[in-house]
Amino acid sequence: MDLAFIAAVFPKLLAGLPLTLSLAVLSLSGGAILALLLSGLRASSWLGAQFANFYVYIFRGTPLLIQIFLIYYGLAQFPALRHSLLWPLLREPYVCAVLALMLNDAAYTSEILRGGLRAVSSGAIEAAKVAGMSRPTMLRRIVLPLAFRQALPAYGAEVTSMVKATSLASVVTLMEVTGLARAEVSQSYRAIEVFLCAAVIYLVLVTLITRLVHWLEDRLSTHRSPALDRSPA
Amino acid sequence: MGEAFTLLGFGPEGWGHALLTAGLTTLAVSACAFACGLVLGTLCAWAKIAGPAALRRAADIYGVVLRGIPDLLVIYLFYFGGRQIVTAIANQFGHTGPVEISGFVAGSLAIGLISGAAQAEVLRGAFHAIPSGTLEAARVTGMRRWTMFRRIIAPQALRTALPGLGNQWQSVIKESALVSVTGLVETLRAVSVAANSTELPFLFFLAGGAIYLAITTVSGLVFRIAEWRAMRGQPAMRVGG
Amino acid sequence: MKITRSSFLTLGLGAAAGLVFGTAPRSASAKEWKVIRVATEGAFPPYNMHAPDGRLIGFEPELLQELSARMNIKCEMIAQAWDGMIAGLTDGKYDAIMDAVSITPKRQEVIAFSTPYAAAPSGLAIMKDGAIKSLPGTGTRIQLADEAATKAAVEEMAKPLAGKTIGVQVATIQNDFLTRYLKDVVTIRTYSSGPDTFLDLKSGRVDAVMASAINLNASAKKSNGEMIASGYVFAGGLLGQGSAVGLRKSDPELKELFDKALKSVAEDGTLKRLALKWFEIDITPAL
Repeated sequence: MDLAFIAAVFPKLLAGLPLTLSLAVLSLSGGAILALLLSGLRASSWLGAQFANFYVYIFRGTPLLIQIFLIYYGLAQFPALRHSLLWPLLREPYVCAVLALMLNDAAYTSEILRGGLRAVSSGAIEAAKVAGMSRPTMLRRIVLPLAFRQALPAYGAEVTSMVKATSLASVVTLMEVTGLARAEVSQSYRAIEVFLCAAVIYLVLVTLITRLVHWLEDRLSTHRSPALDRSPA
Repeated sequence: MGEAFTLLGFGPEGWGHALLTAGLTTLAVSACAFACGLVLGTLCAWAKIAGPAALRRAADIYGVVLRGIPDLLVIYLFYFGGRQIVTAIANQFGHTGPVEISGFVAGSLAIGLISGAAQAEVLRGAFHAIPSGTLEAARVTGMRRWTMFRRIIAPQALRTALPGLGNQWQSVIKESALVSVTGLVETLRAVSVAANSTELPFLFFLAGGAIYLAITTVSGLVFRIAEWRAMRGQPAMRVGG
Repeated sequence: MKITRSSFLTLGLGAAAGLVFGTAPRSASAKEWKVIRVATEGAFPPYNMHAPDGRLIGFEPELLQELSARMNIKCEMIAQAWDGMIAGLTDGKYDAIMDAVSITPKRQEVIAFSTPYAAAPSGLAIMKDGAIKSLPGTGTRIQLADEAATKAAVEEMAKPLAGKTIGVQVATIQNDFLTRYLKDVVTIRTYSSGPDTFLDLKSGRVDAVMASAINLNASAKKSNGEMIASGYVFAGGLLGQGSAVGLRKSDPELKELFDKALKSVAEDGTLKRLALKWFEIDITPAL
């Protein structure tokens, strides 16, 4: 192992971290909103539920990489689209990558949300009804928080898997951590050192996120009452 | 539309044969990777449940590392580094010179390694779902460990693990698309080549998506049937994770 | 030998590895080359590309066939991604590469090259109805060794290119050229494969593509006049001294065999015939 080389590579790869993070944050937020919409659609009507199921089936049944290629190179094949108002957006590799990651994340997140919603006890809902809560209030104050807590471990795994998935954005010319690593390999011809450096960056990032999610799980645990929280550790 | 049929067909101008072969390669890589993952996962699950402290720790670290690194990087690392490791081992064995490790082998091993970490969790969960009473009963009747594993633990755990393993198989198929970066001509690589050659990316990536969807759908059904058969005659059981 | 637990383990693992990988031990000392593996991209027309049935076709596969017969070595051509191709060669994944790889001093630090078998200048392609209407100097070749001429040509090209995006395959001589001469004027976008640059040129994501002139002309011809090669073409200097077979430095015997075979195909006119067949011009370098 050439330590001087590794010391030189690390800062080069870290330069891609902001892009990696922004891809992850944007696609996770977009994915979460879409997942909520899908859940709404599922609850709305038979047709809506069929659509939501079909959406999840398509996006979970195919590799993310092919979804990215289809959106980036596939859509650009149509002159009508290239002359449309959407083109200034879809022209950008960044937008295409976020779009693909977001659509993919929505499929997985909506399934996680479905699991969480199913776990909300009917007792809690009845209690809310008896207390005279309106449907939106109930949703906002009872159902969604309970479902969120229930789904948190699975959602935490989804967050880390999205952070890792941003590495695929490098196939559409984006220079995030993996993209920079690939470029560095083709310049220095030293694959193992460079990819190991990149792996360490992701590993640290994912470990931090996992810790954060565990901490959040602890905080939101039902068996921990606020009174206990305030007691000296 | 007619042009699309010609291009996807099996005629001299059609890419049908290439796509069919590539689809089979995807299946082959996935099957090898899944088998690797099952072996690794079983070993790790055992290490975590009953292994000595050092092995348990090793299994834990393996799980954390593999779940923390993007699949793409694991494949790159295996593709470029795997050969050196294998060669070092082979040279210890008295072998001289390098040992070839093809894109197929590197890809299967890399995805097997990724999947092994996840399968270990599935299998461990399944083991813990075995009612402790059956284990005690087996012990009381004086069963040896291996007999107990074969006749009591494996059948019960496998039944509980089937849905989780089914999910893992689906993930493996999708991850196998990443092996295309090594140049192995599996489905994604084949449709990329065709897309570039014909300059019709939409058509061919769509066709690629359809191939993956067909594989995941059919194998999903197979797993569903296997689950149904395994559950026959069993009381409805809630599977705890 | 005392068998310790760890050596026993390695023994077992080694045996397992042997079973899995079907050990084909190639003795390190006596190098009798009988079968070699040659990597190419299969995505660099007309040098190398995939036919619909998955076969590799083009100038280089046919040239390799000729060389194979003359060297009396069975050559198996395999498709590999370009990024990582040189690393894969030094790593021993295959024994040679033929992918229009230009000889450059930087690459010579890492790998060895045979004598060159093709020499093409590098240039730019634009879309006829794209953001850049035309580039100056079409049809003129600039040698980078001539610094004054290079400077003048680059400055002339910089005007229409200012603020535009140029697509180029990563880690190529053209990538080096753009970084060296036009970095401050244009945005350089790198792609891992060559055909992707042309897809994005067609869709308007990039305004120009820089590549080997032969490669550009092939794409331009396929586009029915929508895409055109335009502007000065450049050669020499950091653009290298022609394309050659890339080999490991540790295999001088193999280089010797390739050199001899290349000399033979050049002398009997086979090289020229293949160049005319695939490139429609003779770009065989003066040996």
